[in-house]
Amino acid sequence: MHIKSKIYNKTLYVLLCGELDEHSATHARLTLDKLFSGSEFNQIIIDLSELEFMDSTGIGVLIGRYKKMRSRQIPIFICNPSKHAEKIFRMTGLYEIMPKIV
Amino acid sequence: MKNSNFMEVTFKALSINESFARLCVAGFCVQLNPSLDEIGDIKTAVSEAVTNCVVHAYPKRNGTITLRCEIEGDVVKIVVKDQGIGIKDIEKAREPFYTTKPSEERSGMGFSVMESFMDKVEVEHNGDKGLVVTMYKQITSNSMQVSNAS
Repeated sequence: MHIKSKIYNKTLYVLLCGELDEHSATHARLTLDKLFSGSEFNQIIIDLSELEFMDSTGIGVLIGRYKKMRSRQIPIFICNPSKHAEKIFRMTGLYEIMPKIV
Repeated sequence: MKNSNFMEVTFKALSINESFARLCVAGFCVQLNPSLDEIGDIKTAVSEAVTNCVVHAYPKRNGTITLRCEIEGDVVKIVVKDQGIGIKDIEKAREPFYTTKPSEERSGMGFSVMESFMDKVEVEHNGDKGLVVTMYKQITSNSMQVSNAS
């Protein structure tokens, strides 16, 4: 998996590419934590349009990042989930803490 | 004549083998002409079952995972088996959000995802060693029928 990012209008845009599973989770956690540690943004949008696969390990990764950003009061939004990612998000109630945006 | 086929592979319980496992099953199931949605459901469920083995089964040693896929008619049966430490309370482990490793950012949704994406999921002890997860899914779409008819 690889992660692309850019900051525009005080928003950190993160594009997750490839597969997010147990094998790639550590890399994803470390990379996201490094990106999220910046201070030039006041919200984060995670774009999943290029995420080819995700299982429930991805939920753990996202909730972990949410917990870290909550203390800084920086909201995280999700956009462009695949049908399968959407199903997992709805099952787990993830959208209650990371709302989906279009 | 009713389809009948199987394949079985054994591999090390390493996270790098998760993508191998799901692609292996997906490739085998192609003979039933499933839809992309059905293949996605199967890949996700296989990934959850294999991840459980990788994360929980062998805390102190290297172990193996055996993945078997059977086709009977239009039903796919997938068996994921390990010889690890097993789970004492299987019913508890199947509850949504239950995890023995909350500090590792585990969601505890593995079995719930398997149950949601497959038609039926059975979890049993593998004798006195490890766990056997058996999952079933009927392939209903048969995506090739459309192109065959045209």
